[in-house]
Amino acid sequence: MSDPRERVQAVGNATTSLAFEEALLFERSRPGRRGADLPAPDVPDVDPAASLPADWLRDDLEGLPELSEPEVVRHFTRLSTWNYAVDLGLYPLGSCTMKYNPKLNEAAAQLPGFALGHPLQPVALSQGILQLMYELERHLAEISGMDRVTLQPAAGAQGELAGIMMIRAYHEHRGERRDKILIPDSAHGTNPASAALNGYHTIPVPSGPDGLIHPAAVAERMTPDVAGLMVTNPNTLGLFEEHLVEIAEIVHSRGGLVYGDGANLNALLGVARPGDLGIDVMHFNLHKTFSTPHGGGGPGAGPVGVKNLLAPHLPVPMVRKLEAAEGQGFVLDYEFPHSIGRLHGNLGNVGMLVRAFAYVRSLGPDGLRRCAEMAVLNANYVRARLRRSYAVPYDRPVMHECVLSDRSFEGAGVTTLDVAKRLIDYGYHPPTVYFPLIVPGALMIEPTESESLEGLDRFCEALLAIAEEAREDPEHVKGAPHSTRLSRLDETRAARKPVLRWQPDPDPS
Amino acid sequence: MRFIPHTDEDVATMLEAIGAPSLEALFACVPEKLRLDRPLALPAAASEQEVLAELRALAERNAHAGSHAWFLGAGTYAHFVPSAIDALASRAEFATSYTPYQPEVSQGTLQAIFEWQSMMCALTGLEVSNASLYDGASATAEAALMAMRLTRRSKVVLSGGVHPHTREVLRTYLDGLGGEISTAPRGADGRTAGLVGCVDDATACVILQQPAFLGAIEDVAAAARAARAHGAVLVVTTSEALSLAFLRSPGALGADIACGEAQSFGVPMSFGGPHLGFLAARGAHVRQMPGRLVGQTVDARGRRGFVLTLSTREQHIRRERATSNICTNQGLCLLRATIYLALLGRRGLRELARLNHAKAEYAKSLVRRTPGLALPLAAPTFHEFVVGVPGPAEAALARALDAGLVAGLDLAPHAPELGPALLVCTTELARREDIDRLVRVLAGRSA
Repeated sequence: MSDPRERVQAVGNATTSLAFEEALLFERSRPGRRGADLPAPDVPDVDPAASLPADWLRDDLEGLPELSEPEVVRHFTRLSTWNYAVDLGLYPLGSCTMKYNPKLNEAAAQLPGFALGHPLQPVALSQGILQLMYELERHLAEISGMDRVTLQPAAGAQGELAGIMMIRAYHEHRGERRDKILIPDSAHGTNPASAALNGYHTIPVPSGPDGLIHPAAVAERMTPDVAGLMVTNPNTLGLFEEHLVEIAEIVHSRGGLVYGDGANLNALLGVARPGDLGIDVMHFNLHKTFSTPHGGGGPGAGPVGVKNLLAPHLPVPMVRKLEAAEGQGFVLDYEFPHSIGRLHGNLGNVGMLVRAFAYVRSLGPDGLRRCAEMAVLNANYVRARLRRSYAVPYDRPVMHECVLSDRSFEGAGVTTLDVAKRLIDYGYHPPTVYFPLIVPGALMIEPTESESLEGLDRFCEALLAIAEEAREDPEHVKGAPHSTRLSRLDETRAARKPVLRWQPDPDPS
Repeated sequence: MRFIPHTDEDVATMLEAIGAPSLEALFACVPEKLRLDRPLALPAAASEQEVLAELRALAERNAHAGSHAWFLGAGTYAHFVPSAIDALASRAEFATSYTPYQPEVSQGTLQAIFEWQSMMCALTGLEVSNASLYDGASATAEAALMAMRLTRRSKVVLSGGVHPHTREVLRTYLDGLGGEISTAPRGADGRTAGLVGCVDDATACVILQQPAFLGAIEDVAAAARAARAHGAVLVVTTSEALSLAFLRSPGALGADIACGEAQSFGVPMSFGGPHLGFLAARGAHVRQMPGRLVGQTVDARGRRGFVLTLSTREQHIRRERATSNICTNQGLCLLRATIYLALLGRRGLRELARLNHAKAEYAKSLVRRTPGLALPLAAPTFHEFVVGVPGPAEAALARALDAGLVAGLDLAPHAPELGPALLVCTTELARREDIDRLVRVLAGRSA
């Protein structure tokens, strides 16, 4: 067999390059340096101790560094070189929809009329942003087949929380006490966590042997104390829930509601609408489907669409367009007497709404549908190219993502984690691993529509090369990554003896 | 379609490899009757040039802190943002990366979060800080839930100065878990009064906002005593993180949890979001904390590195028993704030806080001397305070607007008992001549 390094050079996506070392800010700090200056005071200096007890005041900020501007700029520029990013290459994280983030979106969000506006300025001074929010609500409603959309939740998980709150408010308003929620075993962890924050007990619904939820499994569990069902469609195996309409009918006929986790909406854009499939309430992840950047862990935005029956319970405020008799323009509407209340200190992650709006306007109806088609094409292409070398637990056509597993490497002792880490040596971020939980050793790949045919080919060749290595040189795979600045990190040690901050005088133990 | 690379030829090659006759066939799993049989009713696609023009036109219909002299705060603050922050935070390696689950390819984000945690521990005087929450309001709600878990109690007592929006978010979050909220009254000088009488053995936590919504600087040590007397947790929340550089740290004064909004640290106001919630706590409480934590460790060759840690608290491991459902948080805002704190540093941040305070003291001294204006609350303040105005506050705001000033928040919905009054804020952006004009206009004189 060939030298593993040569193989990486042959099909890999990266080469070894300058790798910079960089200490912590605090270790670079030198007393007396500064990285920001203030304007000369144009008002008299005031001693705070004149009006406040001295022991209420801060006398020092020990623990903050002292650095010049070039040092700070180099520090963070160097740190940035240690990150993988969508702008560097394919980012196949399943259920995360790491598509390209258009630069136009950033330029739009940075316009002073958006970036420097204040949430409490009079609405007469905010007509542009209110119109954008009003139109974005309508666009998202049309895309999803819902009636109204709140833009307030700051991320998908807060959207889920809001959606389940509305379901709870709906039942309470009707005088019904229901304390359980059905959640498929393939669901994201946020689903049960959001249900629990509403005081609900969660009842798992097992997926069938084909990876889908079956009506009988729901019917059996849909008792009068069940408030509803949370469902992800396409599900986390990348499969369309073919029985969803029938399942929704069962839930509805017994007084329950259906929550749709919109994490995987990208596959459905312009093809099918959750609202036409029996979903009563769903969230959108603007940082997935609508191209706002993920930012190394946010900010995102998690608008929630509802059918009219839940509209009275929407969080406040909503944006309302004035009727002709009232004049022209847009106002903030608090007139939702059965609202679940406010979820965000202000109007939500408005900067992300601007980006998503720019995206919808750039793509239009045809472009959005093209996203779904190319995302599904890409996922099926990856599956077709890899299915002979990787175990495919549910081997059928998929939508936006495909799930493989490490079962084929069992004999060699190579695990999904090893494959993931070895992929880094080939210049790729690993896929989502060990999720969904119903697939042991899952590798969940979502290539998104942003990737070209030749880009996918190179990615697949890297995974095929790793499959070969797993059989021929398993130890090399198990020791990966070999090319990064740091090798595999000891996560167990981090959790066992947590060091969660730098301290001027660290405890010697 | 400039975001999608596929040519017709590529599509044909790929369909053949898959063994599908057409793109339509890829959607065979979607039952025919469920497919949308028409194009989405959305405006047609527009070019980059057209979309930007459309957005520019919308943006120009908004007033903003660059178009007016700005005295409106109330939880969202207009501060100067050093240019290095935009330059660094817009680097694609930060902006277009995912949550750092794979540490070997995410050390940049992870080290920055570790530095943030360290600096927030220093600012709050506590031992553990998380890697951000959505905003100050939800961070305060998460703090209340954390206190309920720590004490197994369900009553939450708020200071009179908790921001009205934070109060609403608390109500929304606590409703599903049977949390009960009560509020201690505001005293005549603007500080919370009678907290002691509100706390009992069923109280999970006291939540004290510092400074109070109407600007008063509260007595944290007294609140800590009131909470401690009944075994309750003291949560100190702030909607102005810069005040942490002015006042003695919450941890040093007895707070168990400090949380709030750090938008002031280099994050643009953006009509209220994305902002930056933070939460720090005593080390003993770490297992009940919500949100992500980054910890230090070593790689296989013993070199220092950073990873997400203690994730058994989190939804992706613990599911319905997680400490929170939070997943995506405010990573890039956290990065901006980390850069901000690095630039301002140990001395700069204190000097900035002192300058903000001095501007407010200057404005207050003018108000005190101006007939028709009043300072109805006597308690000391940081950079925000209440001004009583002659006639309806709305009219005062309108007069100021005519003079190019956004003068503050009309307090009629929040504190009608103060009479016509505005909540006015002066940051380092407020120039002396603008403050002079503001005072003249509010008093009814010409600018």
